[in-house]
Parts: sequence; structure tokens; C-alpha cells
Amino acid sequence: MTEPHESAETPEEFGLRARDWLADNMPLRPEGQRHSRDFDRCRDLQRMLYEGGFAGVCFEKEYGGQGLTLEHQRALDKETMKYEMPLALNIPTFGIIGATLVEFCNHEQKMRFLPPMIRGEEIWVQFLSEPTSGSDLASLTTRATLDGDSFVLNGSKIWSSGAHAADYGILVARSNWDVPKHDGITVMAVKIHQPGVTVEQIVDSGGGTEFCQEFFDDVRVPVENVIGQVDAGWTVVRGLLAHERNSLGNASVYTSGLEAPPSGRARSDIMELALATGQASDPTVRQLVGEDYALRFAQDETTRRVGAAMANGQLPPTAGALLRLMSARASVRRSDMVLAIAGGAAAAWHEGDAATWVGERFVSRQSGEIGGGTTEMQRNIISERLLLMPREYAADRGVPFNEVRHNASPSREGKG
Amino acid sequence: MDLDLSEDQEFFRDSTRKFLESEMPIETVRKLADDPAGFEREWWRRGAEMGWTSPLVPEEHDGGSLAGEGLLDLVIVAEEMGRLVTPGPLLVTSVVAAAVSECGTQEQQKSLLPGIASGETLATWALDEPGDRWQADALALEARTSDGGFVLQGVKAPVEAAGQVDYFLVTARTEGGLTQFLVPSDTAGITVKPMESLDLVRRYAEVRFEDVSVPASAVLGEVGNAAADVERQLQIAIALQLAETVGAVDRVFEVTLEWMFDRHSFGRPLASYQALKHRFADMRLYLEASHAAAASVARAVQHRDEQASAKVSAAKSYVGDHATFVLHECVQMHGGLGVTWEYDLHLYLRRATTNQIRYGTPRDHRERIAQLIGMDEEAR
Repeated sequence: MTEPHESAETPEEFGLRARDWLADNMPLRPEGQRHSRDFDRCRDLQRMLYEGGFAGVCFEKEYGGQGLTLEHQRALDKETMKYEMPLALNIPTFGIIGATLVEFCNHEQKMRFLPPMIRGEEIWVQFLSEPTSGSDLASLTTRATLDGDSFVLNGSKIWSSGAHAADYGILVARSNWDVPKHDGITVMAVKIHQPGVTVEQIVDSGGGTEFCQEFFDDVRVPVENVIGQVDAGWTVVRGLLAHERNSLGNASVYTSGLEAPPSGRARSDIMELALATGQASDPTVRQLVGEDYALRFAQDETTRRVGAAMANGQLPPTAGALLRLMSARASVRRSDMVLAIAGGAAAAWHEGDAATWVGERFVSRQSGEIGGGTTEMQRNIISERLLLMPREYAADRGVPFNEVRHNASPSREGKG
Repeated sequence: MDLDLSEDQEFFRDSTRKFLESEMPIETVRKLADDPAGFEREWWRRGAEMGWTSPLVPEEHDGGSLAGEGLLDLVIVAEEMGRLVTPGPLLVTSVVAAAVSECGTQEQQKSLLPGIASGETLATWALDEPGDRWQADALALEARTSDGGFVLQGVKAPVEAAGQVDYFLVTARTEGGLTQFLVPSDTAGITVKPMESLDLVRRYAEVRFEDVSVPASAVLGEVGNAAADVERQLQIAIALQLAETVGAVDRVFEVTLEWMFDRHSFGRPLASYQALKHRFADMRLYLEASHAAAASVARAVQHRDEQASAKVSAAKSYVGDHATFVLHECVQMHGGLGVTWEYDLHLYLRRATTNQIRYGTPRDHRERIAQLIGMDEEAR
């Protein structure tokens, strides 16, 4: 986020200008229809916003943004509710990766990567987790070997959402095996569609196919794509994970548009479900509708408070774990509430019924507490970093990685 | 606590904290448990000098706030009082001060407000009626017109500090709607019967009105049209209650966290056990969220936000449930010590539990939200 340069346009004025422009240019979203997750549709929408001067509000101007403030972004957000917005680009492209590139890239890299991102031409995904490295991310075994002016990559990444339809990945690899695990890691930008990269889609428990697994076989990555310093990539990863917690806790400055209406008069999907199933006067259902409103209110206010406290240094960046934990817990609670409201209607339905989505959401309930770092990891961060309670015992602390017991690298044939 | 306190507000908080720590430490609170009043009027008068009673009173009547936002000053006091489970009629006297300031006649303001601001006059709000009836449409105490005045008939209970105050603000039913009256506590026909209470120093009583005659000049606001005033009073009461609860939880969390580092078992501090660390992570979140909700409600009520009613009920429901959850967790972390009379935790639980269920339970407020956000209109 930067201070506005020459423009003296206030957030209110910016919001009013956005209101007119959106009405003239952006497609309306039919009531009740969810935002498209399709990357090609998102590319088109993002380009429209860019051409109208409403993309990358908090990114600096020289890198393709508007160079405005979070207040300007929020003023725009409020106006976007009834339009189709490229929300699928918020996480990870803008909120996590955009923020990380701003923090760790040099000027040339920013000039190369940020403008196409903001124009909607290059969509990014994260190549972090591996089949054998989840919560213990730093135990990763994807190998990066320096060969002349490029690194040669071998290994596998997993849980990247939408990699098959994206353009670039921010990848974390092991470049030095003779030092403790955090000291031999390098982060780089990797073009996805190139020889040696194979992307396979994974079907999740809800039947969705957003998740991917990638295999890297002798993939060459030029050294100018290294983000931060060789072997010192863990610093970049820590920054990236902080941006991830912020984004998942709705506290990023680089995301645009709103997934759900802010708590207020607008109806939540829980109230919609209660009404659509004819239970508006059922006392138990009314309790759940009230609880949902209270939870949204508490979540919105906590996000505002913790976001502001992190921005002005009253809380450390690790406080984002509070927001991540809160949104995960709220998501789980809501999955329980909608099942309670829908009852038997969530087990069998006709197309067009009110509760078609409820059973699937409940079955996939835990993804909210797993994706983007499990709630167990968030609780470790809160207790150890915010409350300064003793760290958990780790057998690999200070031990060179090649002497640590770790899971064997997967091969394509051996994947389970 | 709002994270954006002004320098003046920080000074106000610090001086209030120092005063309470030296004049009303928990040992003193415990001694007052046996005192029929629960607090001394002289102590209250000195608190008034600290500025506890003036924020909601206009300057022309000897009041005044730090920056024209009196409720935002007052929640600071309430939060500090929560940290030490302080006695005293802060909430109820403030509600009456606000009501008289906002809808009293010049005459009523002149006769009541300077005394409230100086701490000489105490007042309380007689809202609830037996059977946990506190919502406007459930009130039954009746005021009928007679000889140009009114006659009050009915029972109010529980009424906070009823045995200690000089004035009751009585919310009554008249033909056509609700009407509120300012009634001196020594008016003929009023009997006050003390009740037992969960909180050790917060007193409650049943107040019986038997053919109590009051003049027309006792009416506060408009006859038959007090519903909006009552809602406003409820919002102020809950904003103060939330701040107090959050202060109580904040303090107990602080003490319990220290305990986790000091207490060892199996040769290591309790703070090193992941099973306990994770519970503290949840508590830390609930504490932060409760602070956020309480601070937001104080601003919404101060600024008469158009959604203040729903926000108040949202925070009342969220904080109510989570505050006592965290306190019970803190008892558990203390083991046997946590359930002794000697240890202070139960004082905090008594206060937070009282606050959770007075002016509506979390369940009542969830139902209120359903009404406020239009469940009934939408269903038709």
C-alpha cells in the first residue's frame, strides 16, 4: 500500500466514480449466483477493471496499479457487490503472491511480474506443499540444482488450486542439503506451461477439481527468477505465509471485491436457506440465524481491529493467525448450522431445491480448517508467537537436512 | 478496549486504574461482600471527582466529556471496573444520566443532573419485572392517570442498587404505550425488598409500587411514546456491560497466562503442553473478538449508528457466550485452586455471568436479531 501520489481524490470520490463506471461497464451478477471461479472469465473481468482504472488499487503506479490507499479499495469494494468480479484472483494471486512479490522482488522483477498480473494476463498459484511435506513445510524435498545460469528442478508439489489453468507458480525448493532445513531453501517464479512440468487435477471430496499436483522433471528456471536470496528463501516463505494468513482472514490490502456481504442488512446464505425452507418462524432456526449474524459481526470487527493493529505495529504480523483461526472456526460452525437448518433436505434433492449445496458443504467441512495452514498450526503460532509459550520439541532443529529423518521424495510412479 | 484511544483517554484510563487499584483492590471488594450496600457513598463521590459520572451529563449541568463522545469515555471506566470486579452503580446511574440528558425537561435536568455528576445523587433504572421480563412488550407495571398525575401499580425486580439510590427511572405501561417516570425512592407506597444475588457486591432488590402517586412533572419524555427511549437506554446499558465483561476476561486471561509459566508439573511449565497451548490460542481469539465487538458497539451507540440495535444484540450474544467460556477454561487451568472461595476467579465468573444474563440472555438477543433483520417480514 502506498500513499496517493498526485491525486487528491478522496476514497468517497473514488467510490462514487467507481459506482458510475461499474454501472456502465461491468456485467451484473444475477441475484444468488456465485462468483465465477473460472480463470478465463476472471481474466476478462480483470482486464475490464484494469482498463477502467480500478485494478490493483493499492499496487504502485509504476507496476501497473493505482497507487491508492486501503480506504480507496474499501470504497470500491462496497460498490462491487452486485457485479461479477474476478474474486478467484484474490487468493492466491493478488493477496498472497502479489503481496509477496511487492515485499521481496527487486525493481526489474516487479516490472516483469506485477503489470501482467494486474492486467489479468498472468495468473499465479503457490507451489509450496508437497505430498510428503504439509504442516512441516520446511522439510520439503523438491530439489533445485544450480547449472550455469539456471536452476534445474526435480520433485513434486501439491494442493495448488487451479494450476492447470494458471501461468506462473511461486515455488519453494531445496537448494542446499548440507545445512539445517530452513537454511537451504530458495524461492523462485516458475512458468507452468513448459517442458518438464506435468499438471494433474485432483478430485476433492466434494467432487471439485480445483486442486492440482505438479511433477517437475529437469525443469530449467533462470536465476533471475529467484525471489529473495539463494538459500535464504525461508525469509520469503515466512513473509508469504503471513500474507496468506492475512488474505484468508480478509485483511489483505491487495484483494478486491467481497465474497460475502458485510454484516449489516444484507441477507446471509443461512437466512436465505431458513426462508427458502419455510422455517422463518421456527424458534431453533431463528436462533441459528441470530447466531450467524452475531458471528459475522464479531468476525468483521475482529478483522478490522487486528488488521489495523498489525498495520500500525500494535500486533506482530503473526497475529494474522487469529484471523485465520477465526474464519476457519466460523466456516466449520456455518457448515453445521446449514445442515441443522436443511435437515433431511440435504440428503436428497431435486435440481433447483433450496438445499442442494448443503450436504456437500457439510461433507467438505474440514477443508476450511486445513487449506492455507491447518488450525493446529495457527494455534501453535498464536500460543508460541503471540503468547510466547514454549516452542514444540523438534528433532530436526539445527541438524543438517541430509542427516534428518524425512519422508522419501515421491516419484510419479510411486504416487499413492 | 478501543485500540485508538486518544492521549486524554489513555490518561483517563491510567488514572482510573490507579485509583481503583489503591482504593478498591479485590481484598476490599471481598470485605464489601458483607456490607448491605456493597459500596460506600463517599467512595462513589470520590469516583465522581475522577470523572466517572460526568461523561453523559451536559456541561451546563456540571458534566462533560473528553471529546464530546461521553460513552466512549465511560466504557473505559466500565472496563477498568471489570478488571477489578468493582462495586458501584456505574451502569444504572449512567443510564439514568443519559436518559435525563437526552429527553428530560430543563426542570428535570436541573434538579437531577448536577447531583448525579457530583456523585451526591444516585439513580437506577427499574426495568425488569419478575419472571425475567425485560423486553418492552412484556412489561406490566401500570401507570394510570389520576388527578392530573399518575398512579403506579406493579412490581419491578430485580432492580440494581434499588436499596441505595435516591431516584428510580421506572419504565411503565400506560394507555397507548410505554411511559417513563422519575420517582424519588422515598415516595409513599414504594417498598424495597433486598434479594440475594450471584455477584458478591452488586445488590439487587424487588421494588413494589402500591398506588404510588406521582405528578405529571415526573414523566420523562413523552407519555405513551417511550419505546425508542427505552431502546436507547438498553443500548447504553449493554455497551457498558460489554466493556465491563471484557475487562474482567482480559484480567483473568492475563493472570492465568502468568500462572501457566509459573506452575510446573512433570518437571516442565504448564505453558509447554500443546494440549493447553491450543486452548489458550482459542481463548486469545475469543478475547480479541470480544474486545473488537465491545469497542464497535460503544462507537455504534455513541454515534447512533442506524444498525446499533442489531449490533448491540450481536455483541451481547457473542461476548456473553464466549466470556464465560474463557473464564471457565481459566478455572480449569488452575485445577483445584480455581474452585476455591479464596481464589478470585469466582468473583469474575459471578460478575461475567450476571452480565451475560442481565438485559437479556444470549438466546434472547439472537431472537431479537432475527426480528431486527427482518425474518418476520420476509416470511410473510
